[in-house]
Parts: sequence; C-alpha cells; structure tokens
Amino acid sequence: MFLITDKQNLTPTVSLLKIKAPDVTRHAKPGQFVMLRVEENGERIPLTIAEANQTDGTISVIFQVVGATTKKLSLLKKDDYLLDFAGPMGKPAKLDGLKKVCVIGGGVGCAIAYPIAKALFDKNTIVHTIIGFRTKDLVFLENEFKQISEKSFLVTDDGSYQNQGRVTDILKDLLEKKETYDEVYAIGPLPMMKYVSELTKKYQIKTIVSMNPVMVDGTGMCGGCRVSVGNEMKFACVDGPEFDGHLVNFDEAIMRNKMYESFESKKYQEVCNTLKEESK
Amino acid sequence: MINLSKEKNVMPVLDPQLRIQTFDEVALGYTLEQAQDEAKRCLDCKHKPCVNGCPVGIDIPRFIQKVIEGDIEEAYQIISESSLLPSVCGRVCPQETQCEALCVRVNKGESVAIGNLERFVADYHYEHQKIESTKIIPNQIKIAVIGSGPAGLSAANDLSKMGYSVDIFEALHTPGGVLTYGIPAFRLPKDIVQREVDMLKSQGVQIHTNVIIGQTIYIDELFENGYKAVFLGTGAGLPKFLGIPGEMLNGVYSANEFLTRINLMKAYEKISETPIQLAKRVAVIGGGNVALDAARAAKRLGAETVYIIYRRSMKELPARLEEVHHAIEEGIIFKMQMNAKEIIGNEFGFVGKIRCVDMILGEPDESGRARPIEDINSNHIIEVDSVIMAIGTTPNPLIIQSNPDLNATRQGCIITLGDSGETSKEMVYAGGDVVTGSATVILAMGAGKKAAMAIDQKIRSL
Repeated sequence: MFLITDKQNLTPTVSLLKIKAPDVTRHAKPGQFVMLRVEENGERIPLTIAEANQTDGTISVIFQVVGATTKKLSLLKKDDYLLDFAGPMGKPAKLDGLKKVCVIGGGVGCAIAYPIAKALFDKNTIVHTIIGFRTKDLVFLENEFKQISEKSFLVTDDGSYQNQGRVTDILKDLLEKKETYDEVYAIGPLPMMKYVSELTKKYQIKTIVSMNPVMVDGTGMCGGCRVSVGNEMKFACVDGPEFDGHLVNFDEAIMRNKMYESFESKKYQEVCNTLKEESK
Repeated sequence: MINLSKEKNVMPVLDPQLRIQTFDEVALGYTLEQAQDEAKRCLDCKHKPCVNGCPVGIDIPRFIQKVIEGDIEEAYQIISESSLLPSVCGRVCPQETQCEALCVRVNKGESVAIGNLERFVADYHYEHQKIESTKIIPNQIKIAVIGSGPAGLSAANDLSKMGYSVDIFEALHTPGGVLTYGIPAFRLPKDIVQREVDMLKSQGVQIHTNVIIGQTIYIDELFENGYKAVFLGTGAGLPKFLGIPGEMLNGVYSANEFLTRINLMKAYEKISETPIQLAKRVAVIGGGNVALDAARAAKRLGAETVYIIYRRSMKELPARLEEVHHAIEEGIIFKMQMNAKEIIGNEFGFVGKIRCVDMILGEPDESGRARPIEDINSNHIIEVDSVIMAIGTTPNPLIIQSNPDLNATRQGCIITLGDSGETSKEMVYAGGDVVTGSATVILAMGAGKKAAMAIDQKIRSL
C-alpha cells in the first residue's frame, strides 16, 4: 500500500497527488512514468512522474479525470492509500548537450512537459515554452513555466485567457520569425503532437514527443502499447515513451487509442452513477 | 493386485457446453477410489523408467505405492522431496512427453496416469492438512530472487529450507509469474497458486511486489544492500509478432496481453475495470499451450467461432494432448498447415479479415519436425474480428540492458555455466525461461532447484 501525502486540485478536472514511494524515487528521472492501481479489481494505468522528491521519498503525479479510474483517483485524499504503485518505467528523457529548446505542453500534457522544461533549465539550456489549454478554467502551472522560460507563451482555444489559438500558431510564428531551436519537445494530445511534428519537419528541427498509448503491465511483456516509429514496431513502455516525432505514425496511434472507447465511457458512467447514488 | 486395464481411469471433466460459459476448472480430479484404482495399474518397476522422464526426478513408483496403501500424506511427502508445486505440475506438465512417455505400460495400452495421481495427492494433502511451517534453522545470509514464477518460487523454497533469508522481487502486483498471468483458471485455478505462495511466506520468504529489476532497483544495489547472491528467474515475457501487415490494427493482441487482461486483471468479470475486446470471430496464430489457452479463453468470453491457425499438422502441435482434446470438445476449429500473411482492417481501424496461405510439409528441419513451406499459389481469406499472436516469447531485455556484464545470446537468453545456473556476473545465478527461452513449468522449477544447490555450495566455499 502506498500513502498519499498530499493532494491538490489544480483545475476542476486536474489534480496532483504526492505518493510516498522511496523505492520509486531513487532512480526516477524526467520523462519516466509509473503504473498504479487504485484498488482491488482496478485497472493498471500509466501516469508520468511530475516530480521525484528524494528528500521525502515521494513521487508527484498530475492527472486529468478522463474515465472511471482517474475519477476514482480524484476522489482520494491526503492519508488515503493506493493499492499498487510501480516504477520508474520507460527510458529517461535525453536532455544533455542542448543549447536552446522549445517545450510545448497541451492540456494535462503540461504536467509532463514541465519537469522536462525544468530539467533543461537546470542544465542551463535556454528554454522557450508554449502551453495550451481549452479554456481559462483549465490553466495550471502557468507561473512555474514562466519562471524557467526565457520566453513563455500561453494560448487558450477559445481565447478566454491570454492568446487565442493553438500552440502551433505560436510555434509557426516563432519559426517564421527565424527563431531556431536544437530541439522541440511536444507533449500533449496526439493530434497536437502530430501537428507540431508536421510543422517542425518543414524546418528540419528535431522533435521529441511523449507517446501515451494504452498500457497494461508497463514492463514490456504484452505489447499493448506498441507504436510504429519509422515503420518499426516499438513498445512505448520500454523503448519510449519518448520518440522522434518525425518518425511516429500518429494516425495509427490515434486509432489505437480508440480501441476501448465504448467500454471506457460505460465504466465512467457507472462510476458517476454510483457516486450520485451515494451522495443522495 | 495389479489393475490390468489397458486404459487410464478417465478424469471426470465439466461438460463442454457448460464449461465454455465459465472460467471454472475443466478437469475435476480423481476421487480417492479412482486414484487408488489407477495407482494399482503401476507395476512398481525396479528400474523406474518413469523417474528418468521427470525433470525433477520425483520417485514416482514410491509415491504411487503409498496411494495404494491409502497413506496420501506420505505420498505427498515423497513428492515434496523433489517438487515444490505438485498441484500445479500435476495439472500443467506435458506428461505424455515426460514421465508417462517412459512408463512401461505404454507398450501395451496407456501409461499410468502419473500426472493425475500427482495432482490427486497434492489436492488431497491441502484439503486434509493444515499448512505447517517447516522447522528452519536460519543462517542470517540474505539472498535475492528476482521473479516469482516457477523458477523463482522453486529456488526460494529450497534456499529458505536451507536456512537462507530469501527476498523475492516481483514486477507485477501479484506473484506467480506465468502461473498467475498466463495459464487460465480453467486449467489452473488461481487459489492453487495462492496457496503455494502462502506456503512459502509461512516459511519466512518475503515477497516484494511492484519492484522492477533494472528500473526500481539494480542488481548491484542488491549486493550493496547485503544480499550475498542473486537468482534471476525473470522468464521470457517479451512477445513476438509476425511482422506482417495489419498487426497494429485494433483487435490484434499478443497472447501475453490477451491472457494478462483475462487472468491477472480478471477482465472477464463484470466488476473488473480492465477492458477486453469481446470478439465474435477470433483467430489465434500458433499451436502451443499458450495458443490453446488464448483460444479457449476467447471462447469463454463469448466468441462464436475460434480458429487455431498453425503452420504444421495436428501431429506436430506442441500443445499438451489433453488440452488439444479439451479444445476440440469446446468447438475450437483447427486450421492446420496454414500461415497468416496479412491482417486486413475494416473502416473503423479494427480487424476485419485475415489472409492465409497453405503450408506444405517438407523434409524434417533442425528441430526434427517437418519444415513447413508456403504454397504461394494458395490464398484463404477468413473473416475475423480479433487476431491473437501466440508465436512465442523471448526474455525481457531490461535485465541485460541494466547489466552489461551479463552474457546473453542474440535472442536475449542469459548464458549459464552448465546446470548450475552460474552466470558471467559474480554471485548471480539464473534459471528457467530466461536461460532456455519459453519452456515448461517443471523445467523452470528444476532449474530453480539446481541453482539453489549451486548457490548454497558456492556460499559454503567462500
């Protein structure tokens, strides 16, 4: 059992959990993830490590409520326990030897983009950040990004806060104005990562994306998380989750993430209905 | 007096029509009378050929004589001298190619049903005997066992009985390895695996789940933390794919994923939050036990048509004979001498069809089995909603990647010095599928046992 030492609601649907797991913190590096299970009969879900605190032996994860498991996770409070928590999994991000990088985060992907941007900043890399949200209510980590960025941009789809538009609008603008980067990091929904990769390909800027396929074990034994990268089959949990965005087959990944859509919406509805019953 | 029947006492089984609606165990086991009657078919040979066929060398005639005498507990103790998991091995060993293949009664009829008797003895013991912890004199020497499959459990059992303080590290949230995530409950009920694990715990073995070696903790750290030796029983868990077009379509599973969702995550139970596709028509590629397990599990999830697609003929199927019979009874359709060439998707990105070619059997290859050759002029389109790849597994590369000083083959199997399990890394031993590639439960147990002995000798010599 793994103790939750802190819980913060960052937006109406995004929460942060701090979990006591000294064994996981010891080797955890930016870009890696954990697999967790809330309770018996629960499924295993992957969540990227937002922070590994060596001093108090905790791992922070930031997640958005998108279905049954994340809904249940969001109901947990400080001093509650998670049944299973394993990691760190996946390969760490390769952040050495970079002079100037643009880090792009979309929605809850900002939670994964931030530790990357912070680690780059700590290595004296010049960091530009572009973060995007659907609407004002969903904005989080704004100040954190600002503090480590030489230039920082925030966009909302509906223009309710800061610039109206998409992260790619800002990136396109920067690149047209002859801004150059050693690398672009894009982390967020698959279509966002796809459009960023298509844009940077024209400018021949190496682009790293963090894939988020369906996972079961997270240790390489099932291949449920397979993605096509440069026409090769890769397992995101052991070969990734970061890949060269110019080589990833995004359309296929988007299709594969829809595999259990109807089951997932049904389970989510069940959880919501149970909660309603209980609150009556 | 000897029972002269040429045939084995038939093991009672659940009716095929009923059992395909549940994951309940198919074979129900002998009663005491059936077991004693079967035991009397044993000729109690002086030269005991059957024992040579058992990878861990159980004294088969001696335990069978105890069954005849009705001293089942003594029979259990005799088996336990050599084997840790008799209720598992009695169920899942391919006895027809091991102990039972060498039984002299095969010359005129069927062999003695050694596997069924082993299973009977183990089940009877657990029903009538409370778990008692064996008296162990601890020696305060710490040993780490990586992986809680049959190899790891067996090594841990022997080492703890020798007095070592054993910690098992397991990556998943439940111990048992393939016994837990791979073999379905209709062949191996999960409470049987649980009680074997409980027995180890009662012996003082500690099991740490959610620990991934090479990620959560490294082998070198284990030595820094005071462990004197490490046994690697990490298995061969990395699934192979065919490399044909369409393998990324929704509805294509590795057998490992399909079976993990079912066995470990209980996706067939309504209460489980882990999803699984409920396909109407399923094609399973491969002919081993894993392929049959996947096919029979698919049937139980409600599939109407389930095909086994295999390159060779029924005669060469590597799966256990008993399971092949069970699968046929359950309506699994065997499409033999066929090979999948392409999976074709529908407009929603899901599997729609599979294209296969016929295979002609040529001259025997290195494995001694007929080499299948593609008939390029043939073409079969089979309509399916799901394809499950059960064409084998290789060891997970994590261990080798995090330990460059471990010598391994090109396939990723760890190289050991003979039978001892000694690897190229000092005080690190390995055994089971991680050394041999995917094999059987009993071979993995045997390897764990031998490594435990080698570790003990090495530590004593230091």
